[in-house]
Amino acid sequence: MIRRYGIGIVLSLLLLLLQPVLVAAAPLAERHVMENGLTLLVKSSRALPIVTIKVMVQAGSLWEQEGHAGLANLTALLLTRGTATRTAAQIDESVDFIGASLSSSADRDLSELSLTVLKKDLPKGLELLTDALLHPAFEQGEIARKMQELRAALRKRQEDPGEVAHEAFAELVFGGHPYGRPLEGREATLAAITRDEIVRFYRDHYTPERAAITVVGDVDRSEITDQIRTLLGSWSKGKATVKRAAEPTPLPEKIVVKKINRSVTQANIVLGHQGIRRDNPDFYTVTVMNYILGGGGFSSRLVERIREEKGWAYDVSSQFYPGLERGSFQVVLQTKNETAGPAVQEVVRELRRIREQGVTDQELADAKAHLTGSFPLRLDTNAKLAGLISIVEYYTLGLDYADRYRSLIEAVSKEDILRVARTYLKPEGYVLVVVADQAKAAFSE
Amino acid sequence: MTATMRQRIQHLQRQGMGLAWMALCVILAPGLVDAQVTARVKESTLENGLKILLLEEHKAPVVTVHVWYRVGARNEQPGTTGLSHLLEHMMFKGTSKVGPGQFSRIIRRNGGRDNAFTSEDYTGYFETFASDRVELALELEADRMRNLVIDQKEAEAEKKVVMEERRLRTEDDPISALREAMGAAAFQAHPYRQPIIGWMTDIEGLAREDLVRYYNTYYVPNNAVLIVVGDFKSDELLPKIRHHFGAIPRAANPPVVRAVEPEQRGERRLVLRKEAELPFVFMGYHVPNLKHPDNFALEVLAYILSGGKSARIYKSLVYEKQLALFAGGGYDRESIDPNLFPLYASVMPGKTADEVEQALTAEIERVKNESIPDRELQKVKNQIEADFLFGQDSVFNLARQLAEYEIIAGWRAWEAYLPGIRAVTAADLQRVAKVYLTPDHRTVAVLIPEKIKK
Repeated sequence: MIRRYGIGIVLSLLLLLLQPVLVAAAPLAERHVMENGLTLLVKSSRALPIVTIKVMVQAGSLWEQEGHAGLANLTALLLTRGTATRTAAQIDESVDFIGASLSSSADRDLSELSLTVLKKDLPKGLELLTDALLHPAFEQGEIARKMQELRAALRKRQEDPGEVAHEAFAELVFGGHPYGRPLEGREATLAAITRDEIVRFYRDHYTPERAAITVVGDVDRSEITDQIRTLLGSWSKGKATVKRAAEPTPLPEKIVVKKINRSVTQANIVLGHQGIRRDNPDFYTVTVMNYILGGGGFSSRLVERIREEKGWAYDVSSQFYPGLERGSFQVVLQTKNETAGPAVQEVVRELRRIREQGVTDQELADAKAHLTGSFPLRLDTNAKLAGLISIVEYYTLGLDYADRYRSLIEAVSKEDILRVARTYLKPEGYVLVVVADQAKAAFSE
Repeated sequence: MTATMRQRIQHLQRQGMGLAWMALCVILAPGLVDAQVTARVKESTLENGLKILLLEEHKAPVVTVHVWYRVGARNEQPGTTGLSHLLEHMMFKGTSKVGPGQFSRIIRRNGGRDNAFTSEDYTGYFETFASDRVELALELEADRMRNLVIDQKEAEAEKKVVMEERRLRTEDDPISALREAMGAAAFQAHPYRQPIIGWMTDIEGLAREDLVRYYNTYYVPNNAVLIVVGDFKSDELLPKIRHHFGAIPRAANPPVVRAVEPEQRGERRLVLRKEAELPFVFMGYHVPNLKHPDNFALEVLAYILSGGKSARIYKSLVYEKQLALFAGGGYDRESIDPNLFPLYASVMPGKTADEVEQALTAEIERVKNESIPDRELQKVKNQIEADFLFGQDSVFNLARQLAEYEIIAGWRAWEAYLPGIRAVTAADLQRVAKVYLTPDHRTVAVLIPEKIKK
């Protein structure tokens, strides 16, 4: 058998010996902290007359207090829905007129305001961006409108068995912690949010020392620094003390199964538990381990076993979601109702196997080769670069990240992988959610 | 243009990026190139008919290699729909040189990403790497163009995977199911009525012989185009391309699609009952494609209606009247045969599909009866020109756009895009709306939610 595929293997081995192209040894961006605490990161990229700007603020759902689920997201969404001098409709028209895009949203760990604009319209784009950031009006009509949209969206989500599974999973894994609920909040908590609460959340959290701006594109660093200083230099520091949710309560080591019945042809399955924080030093080892387990697509064990061998799923993967706090670990797949039970058994078998036996030399080499070799693909557009710089800044990974990444991954050994598999994977204590036609799924668990 | 692919792209939705999906879904594929970029495309053809397009782009040390075949759902017959897409899956199952499942592994361990997709008009394959691996992609693509091994057991296993894909995309997704039903009603004679993934029973029935016959007919160099965009040197790459692909023999030209959709002379309506929370309205008007002089006005019209938050459909239905949770439209311009001008809206709780349908129709009537103001027309032209430039940021997008144009109308049609858009007048917009966007030319599909059984 091996001889038959000899040529392919030889060629690929030969190519492996070639030195991969190294990312240039330069910081990802130039960093400058302004007098008011605002961090500015700039990367000049002159190939196209376009500019991408991302503002990240410590205003994600982690900062929502008890009973105010949805406040962070609502506040973020409303930034572009009217300011002191512009209505929402005027902002929309002004943005569209220059062919730009301006959006704002909240995630768990942070909120984000983004602008893509042509270089020639940068002054106008900056004006609209900073206006939304500094002077949102939170007009009552816009609040009501957005709330109605969010409630309809929450309701519509119930149509999607995958979304239903994820929502149930998050709640079981994180309980009342912000990581356990949808960003939109809940029907009840959303309806109860008042304008005062939105204004207060904005005032307390949207302050310069809690924000970082990344600019990538056709800009000159000193020019853009001056422009930002002019527009945001007067943004005054925050006065309130803010509170971030603590770590989620650890899960007891037992198996929790939730079955949700829907008339679907396909079971939507999420199996997992709590994972790691982004600042866990094992992050890189976990990345390599997960690649081999189920994050590496057709190079992963889960795809090999459940898709290629059994034909039970089109989409099957495993992922860690490390955040400021301990995020989740999830195996997600969809398979027809009848094979839901067997598929889950295979998943658990794979979790046990990697903990018992670790990984092979070939698997380790392939994973490292992909993770290091594909790094340039994370930098090849303005949008991707802006995203990476923002993440590196937000999670304090160091602007030399592109250079350090290779050695961090290369340093991972088989023993390291065995250790993290045994530490962070829990085949004896997980949450399993199955949204399916339960009669056909016939789950014995 | 909808497409199904081999691997699902992990969306940010799962990681909780909020309502990013609610942002306007503009199903448009704007042309992305200005005159300068087109001028840099180097075209050649091998003796065996393989068309080659090379575009050097040195801003990042990456290269993307695309091989697209001129075959898609439109080439299929009733009873064997989904064949193009299943063959796309089988292309990763091994050749005489590369074992089953090894293709992606080889690409991945060389730091690359790969995937493939099938549409109504084409099947495309790509690999994206750091620059020094480009020859690997050429070698592997040439190999599977002619040496694919279609194993019976592998085919049966992969059929199961495709059936899971269909369940995920359509069976359990009421809006996709609605769109599929609309397409099947809007087109009566033409294969565009067929879903790309295939009807479920057709997928189940596909046989190894079908795959072999299809592969031998369509996967030939004279039916393919090879596109490379990124950090490479054309004069170094061309000899390598010749080395890998040159020996593949030319084959008979595949059969052409003969079906022509007759003119629609009366509105078609359908309902679909499926478990869902909210009603949904989808409508599609028959319109010409990019080969017709009216295509530029239709493209501008699509942006007027759904090109952003200040565009008419969003502004009226979502923002002002709060009839729809999200709404928009598009124009299937890049299509080998004439296709549809779609409009759609998700109905807000407490509102009806009727109201939403009337509101969508009212926006079309407004365009027919009132001249578009100068500023609005200028806004849309600005948006289109900006999208041009933004699209050039990604070598993948550049390659995809080049490939799509080449297959549909010849890649030089790309050069006509911006000049054509710039020349569109307000009078043109009224005229094309009156000529094409009439109830007699449209199909209206409504999703009637059935209560979700829990």
